[in-house]
Amino acid sequence: MQAAVMPKPSPASKIMWVAIAIVGAFCLGVVALRRGEPINAIWLVAASIAIFVIGYRFYGKFVEHSVLQLDPTRAPPSVLRNDGLDYVPTDKWVVFGHHFAAIAGAGPLVGPVLAAQMGYLPGTLWILFGVVFAGAVQDFMILGLSLRRDARSLGHMLREELGPLPGIVAMIGVLVLMMIVLAVLALVVVKALTHSPWGTFTVAATIPIAFLMGAYMRWFRPGRILEVSIIGLLLLLASIWFGKYVADSATLAPLFDFDAKALAWLLIAYGFCASVLPVWLLLAPRDYLSTFLKIGTIALLALAIFLAAPTLQLPAVTKFIDGTGPVFAGNLFPFLFITIACGAVSGWHSIIASGTTPKLLANEGQARMVGYGGMLMEAFVAIMALVAAASLHPGVYFAMNSPGAIIGTTVQEAATTISQWGFVVTPDELLQTAKDIGEGSILGRAGGAPTLAVGMAQLLHNILPGGGMMAFWYHYAILFEALFILTTVDAGTRVGRFMIQEIAGLIHKPLQETESWTGNLLATAVCVALWGYFLYQGAVDPLGGINTLWPLFGIANQMLAAIALMLATVVVVKLKRERYVWVPGIPALWLIVCTLTAGYEKLVGPISFTAAANKYAAAMQQGQLLAPAKTQAAMQQIVTNNYVDMVMTGLFMALVVVMVIFCLRAAIRGWQTNRPTAHEEPYVALASVAG
Amino acid sequence: MNASFRSVRKWAVQTARLCCGIPDYDVYVKHLREHHPERKVPSYKEFFRERQEARYKGGGGRCC
Repeated sequence: MQAAVMPKPSPASKIMWVAIAIVGAFCLGVVALRRGEPINAIWLVAASIAIFVIGYRFYGKFVEHSVLQLDPTRAPPSVLRNDGLDYVPTDKWVVFGHHFAAIAGAGPLVGPVLAAQMGYLPGTLWILFGVVFAGAVQDFMILGLSLRRDARSLGHMLREELGPLPGIVAMIGVLVLMMIVLAVLALVVVKALTHSPWGTFTVAATIPIAFLMGAYMRWFRPGRILEVSIIGLLLLLASIWFGKYVADSATLAPLFDFDAKALAWLLIAYGFCASVLPVWLLLAPRDYLSTFLKIGTIALLALAIFLAAPTLQLPAVTKFIDGTGPVFAGNLFPFLFITIACGAVSGWHSIIASGTTPKLLANEGQARMVGYGGMLMEAFVAIMALVAAASLHPGVYFAMNSPGAIIGTTVQEAATTISQWGFVVTPDELLQTAKDIGEGSILGRAGGAPTLAVGMAQLLHNILPGGGMMAFWYHYAILFEALFILTTVDAGTRVGRFMIQEIAGLIHKPLQETESWTGNLLATAVCVALWGYFLYQGAVDPLGGINTLWPLFGIANQMLAAIALMLATVVVVKLKRERYVWVPGIPALWLIVCTLTAGYEKLVGPISFTAAANKYAAAMQQGQLLAPAKTQAAMQQIVTNNYVDMVMTGLFMALVVVMVIFCLRAAIRGWQTNRPTAHEEPYVALASVAG
Repeated sequence: MNASFRSVRKWAVQTARLCCGIPDYDVYVKHLREHHPERKVPSYKEFFRERQEARYKGGGGRCC
């Protein structure tokens, strides 16, 4: 049995680690310092892998042994409460696969693409160092805490360690965060499908395909997940192939050609219907497909990057670090750190790390691999997304991601504006890219998914050339992200519905009945209305939506991460391990500073929601119309939307401040007490219960 | 060679199912037989349906 002290390394392993460190430092040096000539993506990938391996071996181990003091001789919840269903001691690789599939989402693919406007270096450095010192620490520590507390959830642990009120505050925070997440992700789909009959057709085709899979699994071959997923995948590929005919057909194409507003309404209606249908019919089959497709696509992306070894065409640092960038407004500090949330540090993971995973781990000694290692894998996905975006022609990148209000709505205007920024591009190049991917236009497709899709399509085209294949790969990548996001929207609406019913039940008891149709439909309608409002707001936003809403999402997600890390800090103090308080404490402090600064800049100053509202309000008073509004009512709508965003920002800031006060209070009490006061379950020896 | 292929396959199937919220059926049956012999052992179909419903009953969810 391993004792809770650092094992002594052998001379051979010392030499190996020194070698990894030298290789990593050299690659990182090339990435960071070589100027004037473009570098190959492999340098960046190699530097990342070296840093992840070193972080895992040294910092991860330090957190495991010194801070969490995990003990392989201690019986975990899976053994103590084994019920064969939820609590099951499971092979560590299986748990790792499950945990990674649960944390990896669209987030790490979108944030780094948006952040690429500042060049690839700022994003890379934040992902690499953010994950080692903040993101992976958060996931691992919350998992460790939950393992010692009967696999309790984050909300439950907050109530226990801080008190009932902070628990409720955090629950409201999570609900609001979820609504913003759903709206922003749905907006990514809207941006990708606007006036794209090919994309819209393939995404629409996933609904009948899912019905078919659901029926097959329900009656024909119950529970054959893999078999039915392969059938579903073949049908999906067929729908991509057939989508080209739809797009080329004069009669079919108009049926699938929608503007952003219409798509937003369709998604809202879809979200409502999907989340009241039985799960086996639509949600579950699509969930299986998107899970496998996600893992497969990440593997494909990795393969494409290694085989194609693209050159990074984007500069290491662009002039947009001064806050004048078109993709999102704001300076490098704090906006880079909230734009890349998932991938560097994501608050959402603290919910997963205190959900199913701690119920499955067979031994505390495996928590580092699953918790810390799983997050490093996610960071690697973020690095690959960054590589895909940075290997695009910068002119194409900015044409896709800049709002029409800044670069204009024709390829001529866009090419002129972007060339003036120093990224020389011709209108023909923009047209040719659109033609290559089988779309009418690439302008104004912000949100990460389409950019990543073009990047992936070019990489895959490089290793598997063929006529028309780029359009196929582009629509494959769009479909993969849309499928994944729709599943999140559907499942998230259900979870949100239960949360709303729980809160409503505090006021009127019968509303809590999750089996009742009245309560069910009512809560679903409320939930859809909440995220639907923000989605529609994004669809009519003057700056295209992502520019406005992504910072709100980033602030909310990092707020949750700050709360999770603050909880970890309080527990470290309560365990009387004060000398390690900096391990979760410094990242928590950093995220508090970032969220509050970003929130403040979104409330006051030139890039704030207030300034946008005032600009439109002033124009209204003079009877003018500002694009894209065409009526006074639309002007009023934009003003109101910005006021709502101000209130949301204020709410998130207030939540952070309230939680800081609660945590400080609990930490000071813990510090003053001379014995451990954390609510850990008592020690039970694994040897005494395992058969 | 054959044994290791089988174990990799078993790992892949178990992981894939768990990613979709379906735990190992054999483990559950074994658990029931050992600890709750009085309970009826559900068929794989019943077990699958129950787990499918349970996965989307709220709590946790997935990442962005």
